Amino acid sequence: MSTIRAVQDEIISEFEILGDDKESTIYFIMELGAGMEKLPESARVEDNIIKGCQSKVWLIAEEQDGKVHYYADSNTDITKGLIFLLLRILNDRSPEEILNANLDFVERIGMGAIIGSQRSNGFAAMIKQIKLFALAIQSNQNA
Amino acid sequence: MSFDLEKIRGLFPVLHQEVHGKPLVYFDNAATTQKPNSVLDALSNYYLRDNSNIHRGAHALADRATRYFEATRETVKNFINARETAEVIFTKGTTESINLVAATFGRSFINKGDEILISTLEHHSNIVPWQMVCEERGALLKIIPINDAGEILVEEFEKLLSPKTKLVSIVHASNALGTINPVQKIIQAAHAIGAKVLLDGAQSSSHLEIDVQALDCDFFAFSAHKLYGPTGLGVLYGKREVLESIPPYQGGGEMIKEVTFEKTSYNEIPFKFEAGTPNIGDVIAFKSALDFINDLGKKNIKAHEDDLLSYASSRLGEIKGFIPVGTASQKVSVLSFNINGMHPYDVGMMLDANGIAVRTGHHCTQPLMKRLGLEGTVRASFAVYNSKLEIDSLVESVTKIARIKNK
Repeated sequence: MSTIRAVQDEIISEFEILGDDKESTIYFIMELGAGMEKLPESARVEDNIIKGCQSKVWLIAEEQDGKVHYYADSNTDITKGLIFLLLRILNDRSPEEILNANLDFVERIGMGAIIGSQRSNGFAAMIKQIKLFALAIQSNQNA
Repeated sequence: MSFDLEKIRGLFPVLHQEVHGKPLVYFDNAATTQKPNSVLDALSNYYLRDNSNIHRGAHALADRATRYFEATRETVKNFINARETAEVIFTKGTTESINLVAATFGRSFINKGDEILISTLEHHSNIVPWQMVCEERGALLKIIPINDAGEILVEEFEKLLSPKTKLVSIVHASNALGTINPVQKIIQAAHAIGAKVLLDGAQSSSHLEIDVQALDCDFFAFSAHKLYGPTGLGVLYGKREVLESIPPYQGGGEMIKEVTFEKTSYNEIPFKFEAGTPNIGDVIAFKSALDFINDLGKKNIKAHEDDLLSYASSRLGEIKGFIPVGTASQKVSVLSFNINGMHPYDVGMMLDANGIAVRTGHHCTQPLMKRLGLEGTVRASFAVYNSKLEIDSLVESVTKIARIKNK
């Protein structure tokens, strides 16, 4: 499995190819979401919606062989693409790796300018929730 | 000024820029309109030459500022055809105008068991203040239903009216759908049973001729920034006899006649409702915005905007997957829509990538969205400076976006 650094570098170079073309960048993000693993239907409930996102984002996590496995979905394609980007980097890693991850790709691809301030707040809420799940699983492991 | 679109566009510097490498198409006018040079000049001239506190100063600048300030009140009076300037109160905006009525009229005339009527089309600004009044006074808020096109059901409204109805507070033109409500009928029916009527004119004031005497409404609320004027400024019109019967809104300077530690007597209207130093610079600049509208003529503005709305509706209507939302027979230039299979946020973001500014979401009308079974819409709203060429770019972009999910 590639390191967090390597996956982030991969994403950075993909966005570099897109350059300043906002339209292609958005289409790219939207298409990313199509590749996401399906959220179990039973998880599509109010309790699993991340607070702080304008659009609906469902996120759950479970422990698989000591690693954290996430499932997510959204009612908007762009948001789905955004959370897919995060899962591409963080899925199936140990809670420590996830908690210590420095997600500098966000700044390096200029995510704020691409998605705007409102969606950036939602994006930050997604990262926070991903880390909270890792923390919960880590404390379970240590208990 | 004759209706020369290129000339009009030339008066708005902000329109002439690129966004994400594309020429800006500004279709978010129901949220706020852009400001012409004359408004920007009036604002800077005030601070460059006349800045002073009004109504009290014994010097030349204060005198000038007071005259300009009161000249705007006179222009507003004429703009809405009020009987006298005393009926024109300056506020922070439509929201504050409605809250002023809720806090004064609401607290003194709404009692336990009374009823306030609003419609399903209301903006949160014309819902929440009344919920607060009802909670405080033990009154009941009743909601006038609409049909699927987004039109008020007048017969249902008449059934809701009763001797308990003390106030009908209704939007003149819907911000989310553009529906123009049959306010004349509503006002007559409400008055027949002795209820007062407030019209939320935030959207209607920029598109329709407003004559508060002909309408016979008791209150009319609107905002300067949707009328090509500055932000942070609004107007509350109220009939003299109604304004005189209600207590002041906030206490402070300007609104008093005489203060002793034992008792304060209040100033005459409109000053009774304008505590503290007002938003002088913006009020003065607002006159230039109204002059701009008056020079063009509301009739000409409406004709141009109607033309844009019908052109946009018919061209967009041909796109596979385009779903219009709000199809009332009488509309101001607001076009709400969705694209089959797509979330309005995504559509808005893709339009932005094409330089097109629209609003997406619930437009502060969550109960309306719930009634329509929608999470939100994409809203394109047109103003006097918009062109058919700009609508062509909207049509081109929407066609491209709709194709993603509607092949």
